[in-house]
Amino acid sequence: MEALLAITIGVLVACAVYLMMSRHVLRFIFGLVLISNAANMTIFTAGRLTPGAPPLIPEGAEGPVGTVANALPQALVLTAIVIGFGLFAFALILMFRAYTSLGTLDSDEMRVAEPVEGEDKP
Amino acid sequence: MSWYLAAPLVLPFLTAVAAFLTRHGHLGRWLSVIGNIGFLIAAVALMIQVLDQGIIAGQMGGWAAPFGITLVADYLSAVMVVITAITALAVSVYALADINEKKEALGYHALFNILIGGVTGAFVTGDLFNLYVWFEVMLISSFGLLVLGGKKAQIDGGVKYVTLNLISTILFLSGVGLLYGMTGTLNMADLARTLPEVENQGIVAVIAVMFMVAFGVKAAVFPLFFWLPASYHTPAFSVSAVFAGLLTKVGVYALIRMFTLVFTGDINFTHTILLWVAALTMITGVLGAAAQSDFRKILSFHIVSQIGYMIMGLALLTPLALAGAVFYLVHHIIVKANLFLIAGVTERIAGSTDLNKIGGLYKSAPLLAVLFLIPAFSLAGFPPLSGFWAKYVLVAAALEDRGWVIAAVALTVGLLTIYSMTKIWAEAFWKAHPEGMDPSLKTLSAEARWPLLIPIASMAALTLIIGFFPQPFIAFAETASAQLLDPTAYIEAVLGATP
Repeated sequence: MEALLAITIGVLVACAVYLMMSRHVLRFIFGLVLISNAANMTIFTAGRLTPGAPPLIPEGAEGPVGTVANALPQALVLTAIVIGFGLFAFALILMFRAYTSLGTLDSDEMRVAEPVEGEDKP
Repeated sequence: MSWYLAAPLVLPFLTAVAAFLTRHGHLGRWLSVIGNIGFLIAAVALMIQVLDQGIIAGQMGGWAAPFGITLVADYLSAVMVVITAITALAVSVYALADINEKKEALGYHALFNILIGGVTGAFVTGDLFNLYVWFEVMLISSFGLLVLGGKKAQIDGGVKYVTLNLISTILFLSGVGLLYGMTGTLNMADLARTLPEVENQGIVAVIAVMFMVAFGVKAAVFPLFFWLPASYHTPAFSVSAVFAGLLTKVGVYALIRMFTLVFTGDINFTHTILLWVAALTMITGVLGAAAQSDFRKILSFHIVSQIGYMIMGLALLTPLALAGAVFYLVHHIIVKANLFLIAGVTERIAGSTDLNKIGGLYKSAPLLAVLFLIPAFSLAGFPPLSGFWAKYVLVAAALEDRGWVIAAVALTVGLLTIYSMTKIWAEAFWKAHPEGMDPSLKTLSAEARWPLLIPIASMAALTLIIGFFPQPFIAFAETASAQLLDPTAYIEAVLGATP
């Protein structure tokens, strides 16, 4: 199971890096979404997998009985997903604004903040 | 005891909520100032507590370490919180005149105080995942502040800032996950104890480099700094002042914390990389600045160059060098934030920050000229200002450690810094205004003049105080460095005495 997940993470990272090397900023953002999911899966896998044993405490008991899944990585991943969601919502809106006000999403053409020497400032 | 730790964290967020509720109208800006006065008091109380009792730690929610979230304040954390509070107060006063009502209605004061809360959280937390969360708090509010106003240049700079910082975040998160997988803990003190026992030290080195890259992006070191000069000259002046003063320094702080407490297993490997990075950061930053002709762009590149000095102190890892790095951090935050505030006044009275379009400030605004000279000379390292002592300690440490090359680099970069500062001086202050304008402070309206000048003058006074009475500050930095180099006390404060 771990091996399968590790390969999945590897494929995700590879796709993400490919997308992120694009000059098109929207593709870059998609790559970022993919790689952040890969990071989340890394945490999840690194916390060891215990399939089919949810970390629940039976009624009346003080702690979980027997071997159960580690709940901490799940909590970490949940936090990271929520934070990531917020960041990407912001990033997407920013890209939209960039497209409407700069008229391009090609990162080579986005030179308003750092104009090429000798060119007139827009 | 944990209230001393929690108060500086809670106050900025309370202020943010209050400022958000009152964002229409003038109440919000005053609430921000009052909140930051309270924050400064809380920070000083924490500092007194730390000076009195040594390292203090609090377990949030009553969960014992290493299971719960720990807040820790040693000398380094405490001084960073105090300096954050000073900068926040200065900038919130400056914002009274700098931020217009439109930006206030969009929530400037709320975002600003959340940013300050995030920075403080990063300084006091003792838990790695918690550090990640504070970084995110800081990041999302800085995104908001950066693009507030929505000018084209801001959006453009924002795209680069956001994308590159998100990459660093993801690297950081992956590193946290892998570290947890290897040790089963995320408490920094616990990590310091368990990491040397890990069998496969090769993977530890890989994770160490992941953290180095992640924090390196935040700290804007060579070759990861490109987002900084692309964005820092675009937002409002109070925003770029607080960014310049605090944000990159959180990255430096995280590097110092991680590479003195957690990743000390293979110092020859990690700290040699850091030394190279330090030298190249200093050089590229200062050369980049030499090529610019805009007040804020020059200052932005100088942030990069100055970060190199701090990393150099960390890389040498001797008691004196680390003390130099801590001293440099403190001095730099005050000086750099102040220079950006001065750039703001310059634009107000002379019409631009482009050095080709302004001039004559020395003749018509001599007070501003004096206020500029203090931080500018301090940045370049003139005795007896604070920057001189900071550079002196670092270079002395490098020579003591027989690091001739790095010492030479540090001194040369200091000289080149003078070149840039002279350029600003000659262009903005010395030469006549190209359009024959007389940019005087009198052109500022009465209600704008004092909020703009008081923070600048107070921070210049602080620079002078550190410069003329460096001894207590250096002694403090030496204790801080001793605590960093021998983390036993830190680990004991967090986890309790262990057999």
